[in-house]
Amino acid sequence: MELSNLEVIPGRQVVRHLGLVQGSTVRSKHAGRDIMAGLKNIVGGELKGYTELLIEARQEAIERMVAQAQAVGANAVINVRFSTSNITSGAAEVMAYGTAVYAE
Amino acid sequence: MELLIQLGFVALLLLVGLVFGRAAEQRHFRDLERREAEFANVLVFNERTPPQRPFREAALVVGSVVVAEDYFKRMAAALKSLVGGRLTAYESLMDRGRREAILRMKAEARARGARVVFNVRFETASLAEAGAGARPMFSAEFIAYGTALVE
Repeated sequence: MELSNLEVIPGRQVVRHLGLVQGSTVRSKHAGRDIMAGLKNIVGGELKGYTELLIEARQEAIERMVAQAQAVGANAVINVRFSTSNITSGAAEVMAYGTAVYAE
Repeated sequence: MELLIQLGFVALLLLVGLVFGRAAEQRHFRDLERREAEFANVLVFNERTPPQRPFREAALVVGSVVVAEDYFKRMAAALKSLVGGRLTAYESLMDRGRREAILRMKAEARARGARVVFNVRFETASLAEAGAGARPMFSAEFIAYGTALVE
């Protein structure tokens, strides 16, 4: 499965558009990591625990999107976009979406 | 007496934020400059279509980081927002976060052997916690992503 956020796949020809596919996951920020993050908030800087949490979440969102694309018989997803939203205090939704295509 | 202890605690947090927060920020900015020079030959474009050249491989690359403001700057920003205007405390946070995200994206592109990244997009999400105490924690996630092309 080839992923790209371009509208084309360089060197290949898109022969069929198979529609929008998306994957998302909601993760809570309140794990044991939250205590460290609370302390880190006094001095500021990177919150590594959260960075990793959101990277994992994004990976999962991509996997779900890819699963959807495979289900419709695509071999690539183009025009991929990400979005993160803070849905309630303490939980974030990470979403990935794109256009499933068949390319030769 | 209790009030004094509380005030002392707040003053301590402010001092810790001011001293360690500022040192950490300056260190981060120096580190950013060094790494930006190191990754200067990975070119990023927000152009939507790549040039018509034969590329061997295209891959989605993502860089992300979550950064938080220190206690002192948060208080300074809270005071400043009473009168409005520029919140320099948050401006530097945004700058740090976005530059770090770009660098991580570039690092991923280089690891794949690419020297150009096309259609770069930014995404910023606030992870502020509305309910956590009287003074909410503020942190923000920065994402930079694009398509790395290997020649």
